[in-house]
Amino acid sequence: MEHIRTTKVEQVKLLDRFSTSNKSLTGTLYLTATHLLFIDSHQKETWILHHHIALVEKLALTTSGCPLVIQCKNFRIVHFIVPRERDCHDIYNSLLQLSKQAKYEDLYAFSYNPKQNDLERLRGWQLIDLAEEYKRMGVPNSNWQLSDGNREYKICETYPRELYVPRIASKPIIVGSSKFRSKGRFPVLSYYHQNKEAAICRCSQPLSGFSARCLEDEHLLQAISKANPVNRYMYVMDTRPKHRMQSWWATQKDIGRIIVRISSKIWNDEKIRESDEKKRLNAMANRAAGKGYENEDNYSNIRFQFVGIENIHVMRSSLQKLLEVNGTKGLSVGDFYSGLESSGWLRHIKAVMDAAIFLAKAIMVENASVLVHCSDGWDRTSQVCSLGSLLLDSYYRTIKGFMVLIEKDWISFGHKFSERCGHLDGDPKEVSPVFTQFLECVWHLTEQFPQDFEFNEAFLLQIHEHIHSCQFGNFLGNCQKEREELKLKEKTYSLWPFLLDDQKKYLNPLYSSKSPKFAVLEPNTVSFNFKFWRNMYHQFDRTLHPRQSVFNIIMNMNEQNKQLEKDIKDLESKIKQRKNKQTDGILTKELLHSVHPESPTLKTSLCFKEQTLLPVNHALRTIEGSNPADNRYSEYAEEFSKSEPGVVSLEYGVARMTC
Amino acid sequence: MDEIEVSLTGSGRGPRSEVLAVGGGNSCETVRSLLPRGLLNSCPAGVASCPASSCPFQSPRWPRLTLLESVLLLGPRPTPSAMEFSELIRTGGAQAKLLRGPEVPPLHGTLCVTGHHLLLSPGPQATSDLWLLLLRSVDSIEKRVSGDSGTITLRCKDLRVLQLDIEGVEATRDIARSIEALSSLESVITSFPFFYRPKGLRLGDAWHFHPPERYYKRVARETNAWRLSEVNEDFSLCPSYPRAVIVPRAVDDDALACCARFRQGGRFPVLSYHHAPSGTVLLRSSQPLTGPQKRRCAEDEELLWAVLAGARPGARGFILDTRSAQAAKQARMTGGGTEARAAYPGWKRLHRPLERGRPLQESFVRLVEACGYLAQSTDCWRSRLEACHWLGHVKEALSTACLAAQAVEREGACVLVHGAEGTDSTLLVTSLAQLILDPSSRTVAGFQELVEREWIQHEAPTFLLFLDCVWQLGHQFPLSLEFGEGLLLALFEHAYASPFGTFLCSSEKERCLCEVRTRTHSLWSGLNQPKEQRKLRNPLYVPSPLAIWPSVEPQSLRLWQGLFLRWTRPNLQR
Repeated sequence: MEHIRTTKVEQVKLLDRFSTSNKSLTGTLYLTATHLLFIDSHQKETWILHHHIALVEKLALTTSGCPLVIQCKNFRIVHFIVPRERDCHDIYNSLLQLSKQAKYEDLYAFSYNPKQNDLERLRGWQLIDLAEEYKRMGVPNSNWQLSDGNREYKICETYPRELYVPRIASKPIIVGSSKFRSKGRFPVLSYYHQNKEAAICRCSQPLSGFSARCLEDEHLLQAISKANPVNRYMYVMDTRPKHRMQSWWATQKDIGRIIVRISSKIWNDEKIRESDEKKRLNAMANRAAGKGYENEDNYSNIRFQFVGIENIHVMRSSLQKLLEVNGTKGLSVGDFYSGLESSGWLRHIKAVMDAAIFLAKAIMVENASVLVHCSDGWDRTSQVCSLGSLLLDSYYRTIKGFMVLIEKDWISFGHKFSERCGHLDGDPKEVSPVFTQFLECVWHLTEQFPQDFEFNEAFLLQIHEHIHSCQFGNFLGNCQKEREELKLKEKTYSLWPFLLDDQKKYLNPLYSSKSPKFAVLEPNTVSFNFKFWRNMYHQFDRTLHPRQSVFNIIMNMNEQNKQLEKDIKDLESKIKQRKNKQTDGILTKELLHSVHPESPTLKTSLCFKEQTLLPVNHALRTIEGSNPADNRYSEYAEEFSKSEPGVVSLEYGVARMTC
Repeated sequence: MDEIEVSLTGSGRGPRSEVLAVGGGNSCETVRSLLPRGLLNSCPAGVASCPASSCPFQSPRWPRLTLLESVLLLGPRPTPSAMEFSELIRTGGAQAKLLRGPEVPPLHGTLCVTGHHLLLSPGPQATSDLWLLLLRSVDSIEKRVSGDSGTITLRCKDLRVLQLDIEGVEATRDIARSIEALSSLESVITSFPFFYRPKGLRLGDAWHFHPPERYYKRVARETNAWRLSEVNEDFSLCPSYPRAVIVPRAVDDDALACCARFRQGGRFPVLSYHHAPSGTVLLRSSQPLTGPQKRRCAEDEELLWAVLAGARPGARGFILDTRSAQAAKQARMTGGGTEARAAYPGWKRLHRPLERGRPLQESFVRLVEACGYLAQSTDCWRSRLEACHWLGHVKEALSTACLAAQAVEREGACVLVHGAEGTDSTLLVTSLAQLILDPSSRTVAGFQELVEREWIQHEAPTFLLFLDCVWQLGHQFPLSLEFGEGLLLALFEHAYASPFGTFLCSSEKERCLCEVRTRTHSLWSGLNQPKEQRKLRNPLYVPSPLAIWPSVEPQSLRLWQGLFLRWTRPNLQR
């Protein structure tokens, strides 16, 4: 690789991130084409994928060497000290190059080879079939149909080829509507609730600079509400916060005017004069500010709902603040909580969750269809639609179902993974933890509903790892069209089959699969239910975690139970066999005699009760950080090892002699 | 003084019986007439009476009564000599509605006050249970009157908030006054434990479950460097130490007397824990009375020297002062101080200031308030939490205990812990360090023994801080404690208001004076009944011989929701 000047540096120190006294491990640093590798003196390996590197910093030279700080997208932070500045400089430059590729073709996925043949690769990509998923939901049906309008990406480049729309919405209506919506993202079906016959639809905001009403868009909205035979009114959920809408309103009178005009067309169908228009505009602004609207009755079939989810820039800086607080050495409890609060991160998570709950309630309680949009309809809209579906449909809470959900609402509907995750060297303002927030919302749900999810936390963390790893093709690119142009299905592998193969690691032992399909989750969003997700943001800071995992214990117990059940079956079948052969009582002795050596597991399982549930060495391992030095208790006081003052040590010696 | 015993089927607690001491304004008959018939139906016609010397529950007549029977007792057993409850009870009874929080349906019935309880009876016809509140658990009372009814808000020591809507202004006033007077009674021997006679338990039982002497004897036997001294037999040396104390074998009783005079409250250095693997010990004491003249005490210096010599040749020691270096220095002005470096060779002083007393109390009150607000507002929860600083105290306490444990285990050093009086933060550190180091203290029996041995006095809210720290350990090591949150919650409740005598009085001396051991039941006998035990155990417990080193970073500490949000947390859908 032309970027690598130095492949190996010795005597590099890896600092303890939280130590105030510069505790460190010494080892060797290696630079490969895909990874940075550090092997310490205990032969422990730390691998860092180049694509995971978010930021490399070279700090000012110190007496012990040149500090190199690497921040990763999976929230690992490593702090090296390289003895010679030249080496540090070389590594720094190499990492800068390697972590920011200019072309998709240089990403890891295009060189990653898990030794599968083409057929296996293809099968992997076919594992998730969205047509199959829509069929599972119950579409197409008498009200909803598959539209072939976007088959060639002619209507909307960032949508998938296959889109589901109301049966009564003709192609000209769709095309017309798409011209009225930002990036052509017209209202389409995201989820269909078979029991309630209500739908979740998604789109982008209406376009600015458009001076006339858009009949087609009006028709399309009408069609969506008509496609719900139970309830004729529908919600339009704008996921943007009211205060932003208000200021936006002030600067963009045009758009406001258009919306007012359109709204009156759609919902009133009466001509309005300029003065009326002005009145309405003010009223809409008031409405946006939460002051209500004087003419609710006229809008009986569409109800507006604003939910305050902030934009990608606010989210990015919120996470940045959170990470700054967490990285502080010798952090006090007070600073942690005030930092957590002022970062606003958990407030944002709550906002996303509240929006999804509103959506789920509209469908469950009011039987109403909901149209969700934000600005472009690929960030907040994806969060709300997917989380709402997850609350409504227990299928999405299974391992396979969760993959389907991500494929549908995120990948196929054009969440810009490559830009949001910064896969390529691009505009840093496009990077934002939108998908991370979605995963965090799901984690909060798994905490509140420990029995309702087939997967565990490790599954969420693993997915988060891979949206940034660029090891698999799934998350590369920003929309389906781009992915097809990159020929990802021929050149890269899909992540999902690999996760499924490893399924055992991701199973939630508490999952009870018996809940009905439409068992809706009703999370409680009181703010103390939103906890800091330590295992995400400190995944690699071993010393901060609980020292024993209840989860592992339950998994082990499950394994043991399974083994015992198997033993019982084996024994029963053997008894049966014997009974068939002979019906003599003498045999019992012989039976026991012969079973023992044949079944090595029997021995362990018979003395199960006397044994501890864990093998001893396992128990040792689960008590992590059993070295108190890892925990830095003594750093805030004097160090034990500090030498005694001269006088004392002298007396110490004297006293010893008198003894 | 009259008593009524009632049997309660209880909400999920299983049948239990309570004795209501009744006096004055309402005779036994009045209270009886209010009680649900179901509880009194099979009441024997005759009134049981027995001489003061014998326990009525051991009388041959007793076995004839079944568990669900209620018995009216006229007991000349401990009668408050100086004062009659009757003077304090000003009311017969009143109709009331009890509100116990948003998720629990209100209770209606007749409210009356007895010597130790507030009682809400659904009426003689009802089949449902009595509602009983130990008056001792009332922390504060608030009274509002409007029209012809009143409202009393009771804040309990277990953090519950109860609201009583009472018919009649006079009745409200009377009940409020009675509660106020009775809940703040200081006298120990008129307190409920002296009247509480649950079935199935015998007086005097279980007081011998965890005698500290047994532990001390074992250490003395195993080490040969320590001995049990009876120098405090009559509590003259140190009123707050037990009769038996464990001291270095090389130090005689006369020297101990000198040490006691040199330490505040007579609390000379004694062994708290012996760490067998390293042969070193954890000691505790109070501050030395060096005063502005920097007085020294040869015997005290000798004692600490003997500790090091007894551990192993060349052993080092750390004196862990739970005050800041400045505070320790300032204490000299008031006669206290800290060990002079030159006077104690081999010992090195570390200062780790821990908050105690009023600031800790205030922090606790603020946290309870913040948790109370949850029901109304959802904003700024984390700012509120931060403002209380409670978790900051948890972090400091845990890390100080870890430091002490680290010195004992890793450095092979002896550690002496003290602050000023050596009664609150000192105990916090020594007992937590033992939990970290000693696997046997993590069992149910071992933990009870630890509480019995170390927490001779409990000073609110230091004991609560201790329980919170133990909870944090359990949270980080879900397999290492044999007991679960239930035991910690039970200890919290019983420490502040209890029918049992274990937490009565503040020293061994007082306990002897009040004859607590012979006239009340031990909490352990209540908790160690098989039925109770099951609820207190941790099903995931796996014994491990290793020390458990917790993380003390803010990201690892959690609010103990099971305690602080016990009554306010909306039920999560599970």
